[in-house]
Amino acid sequence: MHELSIAMSIVELAQEESDRRGGVQIKAVHLRLGLLSGVVKEALLSSYEMACEDTPLQGSRLQVEEVPVLIFCRKCDAQLPVHSTQMFCCSVCGTPTGEVVQGKELLVVGLEVEE
Amino acid sequence: MNSKTRIIEVRENVFKQNDIVARALRERFREAGVFVVSLVSSPGAGKTALLEKTLTLLRRQFRVAALVGDLATENDAARLARSQVPVKQIITGTVCHLEAAMVERSLEGWKLDELDFLFIENVGNLVCPSSYDLGEYLRLVLLSVTEGEDKPLKYPTIFNSADVAVITKADLAEAVEFDALTANRNIQAVRPDMPVITLSTKSSAGMQQFLDFLVFRRTLAREVSASQPANASAASD
Repeated sequence: MHELSIAMSIVELAQEESDRRGGVQIKAVHLRLGLLSGVVKEALLSSYEMACEDTPLQGSRLQVEEVPVLIFCRKCDAQLPVHSTQMFCCSVCGTPTGEVVQGKELLVVGLEVEE
Repeated sequence: MNSKTRIIEVRENVFKQNDIVARALRERFREAGVFVVSLVSSPGAGKTALLEKTLTLLRRQFRVAALVGDLATENDAARLARSQVPVKQIITGTVCHLEAAMVERSLEGWKLDELDFLFIENVGNLVCPSSYDLGEYLRLVLLSVTEGEDKPLKYPTIFNSADVAVITKADLAEAVEFDALTANRNIQAVRPDMPVITLSTKSSAGMQQFLDFLVFRRTLAREVSASQPANASAASD
């Protein structure tokens, strides 16, 4: 269970961005969560609420967009979805590949703030 | 509830702090010429036993040291100290994984350029360590024959984050009817082309192959490093 420390990093990160913009009130944090990031969405959501307590972000939402795993398939010469995380092969032609090009990220991509 | 909202676009990596420290560590390791290998596995897969044996055998020819992560005890460090190489325990408290900053702190006062190999044993956990780069050159994921062949499918993220799979406790394979073919197929399914080494620290079967592999990969890394200008690795990502 490392989601709480990750949630705290997210709150800290959002807080820094808010401070940089003169302390705007954050209503929601938008997050891109790769399916290979090692972070579980449900655990992160409940941890986020805890991490927000007694901070200016208390009451804000965490909006998570789960990002699928994309691999680079040499045969298709393209970035394509992986068959599944239990089967690292190209979902189009079936060629096995370990070249992950998307899906490991955990990115704060947007902050919803009051006008 | 009519207050309007707008979205500020940002792009901040949540693991940024760890990644920055890990990158700096990797560069430091490269400059010092020390080959850093980390070990991850579930609790009880045999990380400490493998490390104990590896340190004992490698120290005949190389200068080796180890950092070991544990939630609460110093037992692992005490065990590893028997191999008579420098060992330091990192007690993580309630933290279920090692982070790059913990490694950095533990290395204070160490002369890295006087080492050939540094091993980092992570906390026994197949989930959390996968998100944290420690600046290592090679990440080993251990799978003991007693755990079952489907571990890679259950924990694809950690297997995918590793470079080499080591199947441990091979001396028990027959007793637990371990199906090596299925295990290998499952490893390859989540990480195509991952090298797999099977060994037993008890019978020593496969140990020499494992040590040869480490030495070979270290030589390879030094050749690559020598052919690259400084900071090339840091600039590429």
